[in-house]
Amino acid sequence: MAEAAPTVQLLSPDGVLQSDATAEQYRPYIDALSDEQLRQFHRDMVVTRRFDLEATNLQRQGQLALWPPSHGQEAAQVGSARAMRHQDHVFPSYREHAVAMIRGVDVVDIVRLMRGVTHGGWNPAERGNFHLYTLVLGSQALHAAGYAMGITFDGIATGDPETDEAVVVYFGDGATSQGDVSEALVFAASFQAPQVFFLQNNHWAISVPVSVQSRTPLYLRAGGFGIPGIQIDGNDVLASYAVTRKNLDEARAGDGPRMIEALTYRIGAHTTSDDPTKYRLSHELESWIARDPIVRYEAWLRSRGEGDAFFAETATEAEDFAADLRKRTLELTVPSTDRIFDHVYSESHPVMDGQKQWLADYEASLGAEG
Amino acid sequence: MSDTLAKATGPATGTEQLTLSKAINTGLRRALEDDEKVVLLGEDIGKLGGVFRVTDGLQRDFGERRVMDAPLGESGIVGTAIGLAFRGYRPVCEVQFDGFIYPAFNQIVAQLAKLHYRTDGAVSMPITIRVPYGGGIGAVEHHSESPEAYFAHTSGLRVITCSNPQDAHTMIRQAIACDDPVLFFEPKRRYWTKGDVDQEITPATLSMESARVVMAGSDVTLVGYGPLVATASDAALAAADEGVSIEVIDLRSLSPIDFDTVEASVRKTGRLVITHEAQQFGGLGAEIAASITERCFDYLQAAPARVTGFDVPYPAAKLEDHFLPNLDRLLDAVDRVMGKRNSLTGWGNR
Repeated sequence: MAEAAPTVQLLSPDGVLQSDATAEQYRPYIDALSDEQLRQFHRDMVVTRRFDLEATNLQRQGQLALWPPSHGQEAAQVGSARAMRHQDHVFPSYREHAVAMIRGVDVVDIVRLMRGVTHGGWNPAERGNFHLYTLVLGSQALHAAGYAMGITFDGIATGDPETDEAVVVYFGDGATSQGDVSEALVFAASFQAPQVFFLQNNHWAISVPVSVQSRTPLYLRAGGFGIPGIQIDGNDVLASYAVTRKNLDEARAGDGPRMIEALTYRIGAHTTSDDPTKYRLSHELESWIARDPIVRYEAWLRSRGEGDAFFAETATEAEDFAADLRKRTLELTVPSTDRIFDHVYSESHPVMDGQKQWLADYEASLGAEG
Repeated sequence: MSDTLAKATGPATGTEQLTLSKAINTGLRRALEDDEKVVLLGEDIGKLGGVFRVTDGLQRDFGERRVMDAPLGESGIVGTAIGLAFRGYRPVCEVQFDGFIYPAFNQIVAQLAKLHYRTDGAVSMPITIRVPYGGGIGAVEHHSESPEAYFAHTSGLRVITCSNPQDAHTMIRQAIACDDPVLFFEPKRRYWTKGDVDQEITPATLSMESARVVMAGSDVTLVGYGPLVATASDAALAAADEGVSIEVIDLRSLSPIDFDTVEASVRKTGRLVITHEAQQFGGLGAEIAASITERCFDYLQAAPARVTGFDVPYPAAKLEDHFLPNLDRLLDAVDRVMGKRNSLTGWGNR
């Protein structure tokens, strides 16, 4: 059994910068950040929480079929997303709303998925290399591994982290039981692919606790694949940033894949269709609310002199963002019917052509009778 | 289709006699030469050259990055091929045997088949998945199956199969050049069949979507594909001795199906027999019978007949001769559609 290592935490739940040996190791990554970058972490988290709430409300009001809330996981997502470099590729699961926003996905594009307007909706190349949400758990881990293998095969790395590429895959504690995640770890290790496996352990796979998925801390599994694994406090945005930054740069430098397990908690339901009161105890929820990522980070920012004005301004920004999301969600239109046949194939296809024409003629004939 | 084939028409190499296996090998070699983005990955395809030696010598000549011995995981092979395609590669996966494709089912059917659609056409998935398939070689369990219908049922995939060395060579290159995912089923019991292969591909070369009339005839249309085209041709020769003229069609593409070619034949003959090794229920035969009946019911002089494997798990090798369609069962079905009294009806409606 691999040896346990301390969980990396740079910021305590009450917002105090830690000074133990592990924390000190990562301090240079934080010290290198400007005040503006540090403020941006806060904005990202507050805006994400606010639009996540707005999307949840929109679902409750019948405007969305479903919404998977990210409430509670903002620090894990924002820190890791801000640690990426422009050229990196991201293969998400389906709850990485903050990462999507930071990489340049229009949040309305995610809403379109959940409203039933599209199954995909964006071109990764035009959205910060943020690939499509993947609902079959763990499948994207292999896509990420393959992409990272391709980076290696291209052999164009120069040793400059500003241009060398790497890949991040997001997945959850439930997905670690999927064979595809294990196969991705095998392939990434075998080809020494520049890939970071970013595991958000939010402790619940719908109604099943992580103890059913694993009898060992999940980051220790990485060692069995020959991959360094590390566990972080996923509600600490500074730890998420610094550890991801370090591991991504190691991966892009040719040191092989890495795994990061971010301990966090799904404060809300799995999705708006779920009822966590049927399987979760309230004291567990309360203990995690006490470790809220935004509260702790705000406390730290205030301790280093950030004033009320910034926080008020951020709150207004979040309100505006949510209002804009609502407005544009309600403006979404249903695509034309013939879209269901478009892009099934790259090249012309007799069945698509025939059925598209048939449906158009059929619906036109109904219209003529009506 | 990419421009890889257009620029691939190098100096004429003339026609040479190759086994079907070697014909695929030369097709893969040409694809590797023509497009540096083509990479092969699969189990044992490198040093060993594949368990059927289809990739023999390719790793030696193109290196370990172009011809990869993958870790032993079919889902991993197809899943990482998807990632490689995102990166701009044109992967060719080998699934070692038909019965080993199921661990990759999610990656093929739920991921690969849908990505072009889900990205609104922004991302293409030019991935070829080679699958040795079919029985008749006395193999152990999971080594003789015909799973083509699962994939033909899935939109977003193209499914093709070859019956002779010339098609094997041409169609693997067409599959690799295609920007859509292609399942390429290789009739493993015909790997050692020899035939003339011309490596030239011209605008006149039959597209991989087209069926081919192998033998012309006027009384019965006999549709087969892959390993059974040879059996169908034997049946046509035998029937001719009894005065029955059979038109044999090699379907070649299982999705989409070239119904125009089959329909034109049935309008002429008025009778249709379809054969495949795969189980009958929900199979390609049902789809062809239904579609042709819809298209030219008035021309049919008998109900279409299917000659297929039975709806049981592929049997143990010593019993497979009773499972597989053969010359006699094809001729029995021909008798049936010709209205001869000595024939059994189909087993479904007795």
